[in-house]
Amino acid sequence: MTGGALRPYRAIISARFRMLLQYRAAAIAGLWTQLVFGLALIMIYQALYRSSPAAVQPMAFAQLASYVWLGQALLAMLPWNVDAEVRDMVRSGAIAYELARPVDLYGLWYARAVAQRTAPTVLRAAPMVVFAGFVLPLLGAADWQLAPPPSLAAGAGFVAALAAALALSCAISVLVNISLMWTLGSDGVVVLFTTTVALLSGLMIPLPLFPGWAQGALGWLPFAGVFDLPFRIYAGHLAAGDLAIVLARQLGWTVALIALGRWLLGRGMRRVVVQGG
Amino acid sequence: MPQIVVEQLVKTYQVAERTPGLWGAVRGVVRRRHRTVRALDGVSFAIERGELVGYIGPNGAGKSTTVKALSGILVPDGGRCEVAGRVPWLQRVAHVAEIGVVFGQRTQLWWDLPVIESFELLRDIYRVPPARYARSRDRMIGLLDLAPLLDVPVRQLSLGQRMRCDLAAALLHAPAILFLDEPTIGLDAVSKLAVRDFIKQLNRDEGVTVILTTHDLDDIEALCTRVMVIAHGKILSDGALEELRARVTRERWLTVDLVDPGVAIDDPEAAEIRRDGHRVCLAFDPQVVAPAELIRRITSRHAVRDLFVENPPIETIVARLYAAHGAAGDTGAGAP
Amino acid sequence: MQDALRLYRAYAAASIRGQLQYRASIVMAAIGTFVATAAESVAVWALFDRFGQIHGWTLPQAALLYGMISVSYAVCDVLGRGFDAFGAMVKAGDFDRVLLRPRSTVLQLIGQDLVLRRLGRLIQGLIVLGYAVTVGTIDWTIARAALLIGAIGCGVCAFLGLLVLQATSAFWTVDSLEVWNAFTYGGLMMGRYPMPIYRRWFRTVFTYVFPLACVNYLPAVAILGIGAPAITGWLAPLAGPVFLVVSLQLWRIGVRHYRSTGS
Repeated sequence: MTGGALRPYRAIISARFRMLLQYRAAAIAGLWTQLVFGLALIMIYQALYRSSPAAVQPMAFAQLASYVWLGQALLAMLPWNVDAEVRDMVRSGAIAYELARPVDLYGLWYARAVAQRTAPTVLRAAPMVVFAGFVLPLLGAADWQLAPPPSLAAGAGFVAALAAALALSCAISVLVNISLMWTLGSDGVVVLFTTTVALLSGLMIPLPLFPGWAQGALGWLPFAGVFDLPFRIYAGHLAAGDLAIVLARQLGWTVALIALGRWLLGRGMRRVVVQGG
Repeated sequence: MPQIVVEQLVKTYQVAERTPGLWGAVRGVVRRRHRTVRALDGVSFAIERGELVGYIGPNGAGKSTTVKALSGILVPDGGRCEVAGRVPWLQRVAHVAEIGVVFGQRTQLWWDLPVIESFELLRDIYRVPPARYARSRDRMIGLLDLAPLLDVPVRQLSLGQRMRCDLAAALLHAPAILFLDEPTIGLDAVSKLAVRDFIKQLNRDEGVTVILTTHDLDDIEALCTRVMVIAHGKILSDGALEELRARVTRERWLTVDLVDPGVAIDDPEAAEIRRDGHRVCLAFDPQVVAPAELIRRITSRHAVRDLFVENPPIETIVARLYAAHGAAGDTGAGAP
Repeated sequence: MQDALRLYRAYAAASIRGQLQYRASIVMAAIGTFVATAAESVAVWALFDRFGQIHGWTLPQAALLYGMISVSYAVCDVLGRGFDAFGAMVKAGDFDRVLLRPRSTVLQLIGQDLVLRRLGRLIQGLIVLGYAVTVGTIDWTIARAALLIGAIGCGVCAFLGLLVLQATSAFWTVDSLEVWNAFTYGGLMMGRYPMPIYRRWFRTVFTYVFPLACVNYLPAVAILGIGAPAITGWLAPLAGPVFLVVSLQLWRIGVRHYRSTGS
């Protein structure tokens, strides 16, 4: 692709960065909240671990701590909020103008989702990693820290899995935005979706902590690929050699959801045009 | 004893500055610069009971700051102010119970409720005795023709209908003073006339003191005998409309409809300001050349189908006033 | 006071009437909230299913903590929208209208909305509380029942106080209101487990700064009869209303600041 073709996408991402930087106070506030949440969760899990036999512990506490911090740091990557612009466009009927844009519509929406997922993530993850990875050990709380990956292979595997997770997350995001054309972003539906994602991705509770009989099903759902699987690679809970399976699951879902999204978008646009916006 | 007295009112704000661009935004995370703005710089005036006063000025001139101070919302940094014997910001609750305020762009009615239910809530908020409320309500319904709107939720009203309901709502507790901020903005011509007629009648028959802040100079011309002009926090002019006109310029405009377009009109004592096809507009000073004389000269030299003489529109008057006092930028004339 | 209550009733009735026009949407949203809060319970249940107990507390005992704090928060959530959404109000300049009315700002904001769709959270909390009360082996007396209800009420005061503080901070900065989430959502999450599992400085903040432990853990200990009987659990909940009163004083300072600096 030439630089010219990439320009609209670059512009979107740059604009989002600029907008976020303006809200420095909001960024710091959000960071603070997540730090409190992360610390509280770790204290809760530590208490649970302390008073229980090792048999029920699916992973070492140090691995669990890293898992929790990764979840907090990469929170913005979860596909759990609806693009407010799209929702407003659907409600107002301005969605019809999207048809007039001279770019591939799904691609444009996907780029928007990438912007929405990456910009806040980068801004939020960096300070969290610094705090959880370096400040905590300095404060004498090394057992709570975000530990580095156990091996180079794990680290490299994590990076690959994270990239796939981003692609998957954006595919889910765009699909949700597309569904707005039918659900119109009613509060109930959005909350249901947000809850599902939070629960099944490993954010609310690390997936390995779910009952044993649920593990199989959870692993096959697309949400596990966004957080749980990459985090397990990082922590060493999944061997670096399992990377291939992880990537396969992530990318498999990504491709399927992109295909579904493109098809639905086509149908949705036709529906909007027929209704006259 | 004037009802409203304002003496040397002073108010300054601190405004944060933003540097443009991505790099500026990053810098802004670390350090923010501030600029001091003098919104009110020694504003003084007095208003008698029952006056209908227009208050105009460019955006950022200090109009809304003055109104906020007068209504008791804002505490100024200096100066004196008394409304009906009270200092507005020192006795907020007692003071606001006796004033009504209407914002043109915002409604005070409850969005999802039928209009009449908003009225009833306001009756409870303002503690209006039932009999007095019934009287006010019925009078407002009659004067503003609200009967068909009473059971309609506010969100379904047109802008004109909503403005009429907002006017009624602001007067249910029979305030002695009414502040109007852009009451006719965005309204269609019929609604504008209805609103203006209502205000005029209210002022004339009830003696309600009205302070009208607006960019719509037609409102001013239709309603106000007295106009105050503010710019950069200072009152530039305060008095009758004719005085304002005379102060700024003696100029008059002669507009002629020529038979042949494109003909140049050459007169040493008239300047061409606008030409639109057949229509040419000339400015002249009636003290240098009498209107009748100028008309005679022009019509003797050109074939003229029609003509009229008028004062420059108030927009021009006001724009020149602002320019004379270094207030650059928009007069807001024609702003949506 | 009676006058204020009368106006509040009028406000509440108006708010409910307004929302009933969107009956379907509200029911959907309430169901959504219910499911969301139920999901959180599922997560907690999963932890107990695996680990059995935390700091010696079993699931029914923890459910008492969970139920109490959930109900307190849910009631506050339904009542406190005026303060919760105050940031947006200030940004839009709509607070001026509140100042233009001859009533207390607090009364107007509390009366602003009775959010029916958040009842989903309340119902879910009541279910968990019901489970704790029936399945748990609690030695019920009238005093204990009164303490339970009183503690929940004081919890509502505590969370309202937090919302008032959040709204007050909006007078100075509209963008960083998220800081308070650490206390509201954080408190909600942490209040589900016994306080001793947290480090000392956490416990100090959530007892003496925001009195979470006072309206939740301490009375729960008294109700469950854990450890030696002590007066603390019975008196501690009063910290909730005290906190609210302090917050309201700070709110007045905030209003004064707003009126001298303009918007």
